[in-house]
Amino acid sequence: MSVFTGQLGRELRLAARSRSDVLNPLVFLLLAITLFALALDGKPEVLREHAAGILWVLVLLTNMLALDGMFRRDFDDGSLEQLLLAVDAVPFAMLAKLLVQWLVTGLIIVLLSPLLGMVLNLPAAVLGTLALVLLAGTPAVSFIGAIGAALTTGARRGGALLALLVLPLLIPVLIFGVSAINRALADEPPRAELYWLGALSVTSLMLSPFATQAGLKIALEQ
Amino acid sequence: MGILKTLWHRLGSPRWFFHMMAPWQTWLGGLALLLLLTGSFWGLVYAPQDYQQSHSFRIIYVHVPTVIVAQSVYMALGVSGFVLLVWRMKLADVALKAMVPFGMAMTALGLFTGAVWGRPTWGTWWEWTDARLISTLILLFLYFGLYALRESIASAEAAGRACAVLAIVGLVNIPIIKYSVEWWTTLHQGETLSMTGIKMPAEMYIPLLINILGMYCLFGYVVIARMRNEILRRERETNWVAAWLRGDGRTGMESMSEH
Repeated sequence: MSVFTGQLGRELRLAARSRSDVLNPLVFLLLAITLFALALDGKPEVLREHAAGILWVLVLLTNMLALDGMFRRDFDDGSLEQLLLAVDAVPFAMLAKLLVQWLVTGLIIVLLSPLLGMVLNLPAAVLGTLALVLLAGTPAVSFIGAIGAALTTGARRGGALLALLVLPLLIPVLIFGVSAINRALADEPPRAELYWLGALSVTSLMLSPFATQAGLKIALEQ
Repeated sequence: MGILKTLWHRLGSPRWFFHMMAPWQTWLGGLALLLLLTGSFWGLVYAPQDYQQSHSFRIIYVHVPTVIVAQSVYMALGVSGFVLLVWRMKLADVALKAMVPFGMAMTALGLFTGAVWGRPTWGTWWEWTDARLISTLILLFLYFGLYALRESIASAEAAGRACAVLAIVGLVNIPIIKYSVEWWTTLHQGETLSMTGIKMPAEMYIPLLINILGMYCLFGYVVIARMRNEILRRERETNWVAAWLRGDGRTGMESMSEH
């Protein structure tokens, strides 16, 4: 457990000290939503109709930006190698990294979601469900995405490659997430979708530390 | 069991595989040609036409085999990836590398023939409400990802193992993707556009079976040929490759059994 808490503390401190790394993707999210509102002529009913799709696609893209640098700094300064060599409970350290990755993107998106919903003209009654849907779905995005981030850490190019690897795997999250918000807009409780998103998040939390470790080991061998 | 165990150990030697698979390559290639020609001629010329779709249904003789093989290739990729990561078998990496472009081509061909079939039958090239179309498209993207990942990692060994991890993650995800896409289409779908619903008489499905079998033989042939080429490329510094290139490849095997 000390591996986990130690790593958690380190990652949180690092996140707090590199504020622009955390904030830039979120500013991108706000900017992109503004672009959508402008591109769709700001028509309230059009925005509401497409809000679920716009929001989820942008959440996925924001996560791609946030995930891109997830291991790069640790890889460059050698601390990643030290971590994989020194600690015998590497999956726990990975778990801490994954959780912090979600805290600084997914959770902040959840907290921002009422604002995002209002920009997209969602009715106030849906905003609670929107936050809940994002809370259930974004962990899966971070955890599955981290596998891609680990695999591309040693690759010659990051960005687009990461998105190419990860986005197809995130299609179920997109489908259930969009469907949940649309169901809420139709005044139905989106229970099945929430269960699915939760199941995807928990399952990926379970498997991702091992896959991430394997990916990073390969990156370090090069 | 003993034979299997010996075979398993022998598979650790790319050189053994190279020599053993030479006749397999020839036979599978010949068989693929024979089966595909028979099945296609039978299906395209002699099979009766469909009473609803007339002649346009005949594209299933190309479409169905390619899609089935495209999916099988991804399974084989997952299995190869697992073998590579667990037993570090070099040959599994060679297989991974050899299969990705073939699977990619089959998936693309499957999508193309599906669109060509969809045009006269559904009145549209592409239909976002059909689960199988979308799943196949996602499969194509998974293949693109594997290909791009290998291209972007400099070290061949690391690239192979990274692809193995990705292939396994993809294989775990495929059932979830399929389920979610089916869920999505049942929410949107107006009418069921089904191809599997067609009840086929024997004279229609036997050529289809022949073509499916032929396509699997083609898969075997292409993958073995590509694997053997890759082995030659990777082992080009060794003596046995030099000997084989000089034309006394047979002696290569005999000297091996002396050890």
